Amino acid sequence: MTEVDGFVAWVRAFAASIESHQGELTDLDSAIGDADHGANMARGMAAVVAALDAAEFETVGALFKKVGMTLVSTVGGASGPLYGTLFLRIGTAAGEATSLDPDSVAKALRAGLEGVVARGRPEAGDKTMFDALSPALDALDQALTDGSPLSEALRAASQAADEGRDATTPMLARKGRASYLGERSVGHQDPGATSAALLIATAAETLP
Amino acid sequence: MKKLINDPANLVTEALRGMAAAHPELRVDHENRVVFRGDAPVRGKVGLVSGGGSGHEPMHGGFVGPGMLDAACAGEVFTSPVPDQMVAATQGVDGGAGVLHIVKNYTGDVMNFEMAAELADGIEVETVVVDDDVAVQDSLYTAGRRGVGTTVLLEKIVGAAAEQGRPLAEVANLARKVDDCGRSMGMALTSCTVPAAGKPTFDLPETEMEIGIGIHGEPGRRRVPLAPAREIAEMLVEPVLSDLDFTTDPVICFVNGMGASPLLELYLMYGEVAALLEKAGVRVARSLVGPYITSLDMAGCSVTLLRADDDLLSLWDAPVDTPGLRWGV
Repeated sequence: MTEVDGFVAWVRAFAASIESHQGELTDLDSAIGDADHGANMARGMAAVVAALDAAEFETVGALFKKVGMTLVSTVGGASGPLYGTLFLRIGTAAGEATSLDPDSVAKALRAGLEGVVARGRPEAGDKTMFDALSPALDALDQALTDGSPLSEALRAASQAADEGRDATTPMLARKGRASYLGERSVGHQDPGATSAALLIATAAETLP
Repeated sequence: MKKLINDPANLVTEALRGMAAAHPELRVDHENRVVFRGDAPVRGKVGLVSGGGSGHEPMHGGFVGPGMLDAACAGEVFTSPVPDQMVAATQGVDGGAGVLHIVKNYTGDVMNFEMAAELADGIEVETVVVDDDVAVQDSLYTAGRRGVGTTVLLEKIVGAAAEQGRPLAEVANLARKVDDCGRSMGMALTSCTVPAAGKPTFDLPETEMEIGIGIHGEPGRRRVPLAPAREIAEMLVEPVLSDLDFTTDPVICFVNGMGASPLLELYLMYGEVAALLEKAGVRVARSLVGPYITSLDMAGCSVTLLRADDDLLSLWDAPVDTPGLRWGV
């Protein structure tokens, strides 16, 4: 079972990872977007950390709803509504629980991804965060079905997310600002898929 | 990077402070980063709210005032504002006749305004999404055309209609009509430098230019050797004219500066554009020349044509009193 504290550790680790990869995210976004993904995510996750410092959370749902609302209110761009909706839906799925078993973790993450799909309407191969998250959650479900413990299943998910992120490089962008470039978006790794892979990687590092 | 800033992180906040100091006739909500016209909400009038990333000044905050916008939300540089700001703006301008959101077609702006419209309980909200950039293929495989120069003309024209007391549905339909009748194409001579990034967004050698750029330093559709203004004018006007028939009605012709190109060059460009339009049988009824929808310190320009019937022309001529556009007052 993963307690609220475990999820707090994940969110903090994600914030630290975004901070240390801020320059890389901005460089990737300079190539095919508008050079703000690193700064926006760093600003949003810093606000999330401040919110975590200021409050105690009794339930997993309350924690993730706070994370989601904070991102919606501070990030802007497309990342704010997308990451915000992701965490809000994770929070809604977790509800009043004070801890989650591995299957409930997977279900909550799946609900988060469905929120991203509802907000941004991405499809596989559009060169977006979906291309990292979707294979990651498929791998997570598969590993749990095969009887792996959560930590091992999340490592499989993280590997799938990294592969999904790498696979965005040859893709032609069909969503977001990169889509304006047409063929010129080919050959660049997607910034959103990159930050999404960090989200899964930090989950694998922190969630027991 | 050489810029008139203190700290990139405080740029938008400090610019809004300056805007409030320079324009006491406006009311700036610093917490929510919203510029309101001083007398908002105006009872019985449809409220017009726009907003977007900062870095495009005078759009949108400079277009707040009688005859144009009621409120503008300022995001971080090139980043959409957040729903909280748009909700605060919507509530602050609702005079009982509903509110129109004017949204430029960028994924982030559309999503944030969409969330704000869902959150603005009890206020009737209509939305128009401006998508006039012919450089972008409008297909299932892109996010659709970007909102660029037509936005300026639309905010002026629709602002005049709201000022006349036209109801929300009519104001929203007019906004959609203006979007349908406007087309733009832009180019860049240089990149721009986002202050938080500290270096130019893309490299553009001295001998090259980008055709089909947007307003965020995103690269354009193609890179070509630098050419004389006459040829650049052709590269901008031709795709606009081939996208929509502009010979049926008079047009408003708008030559916009991207931020770093001097007015001297913009007027030269206007002359080239006007000559091409005359040759193509397009009758220019009104013009606008200057930096109105900019991309930080990018050098370059865009050309917008708007097909304007008598109603649109009389709304264009109506009085407007904002920091960015002012006439008839």
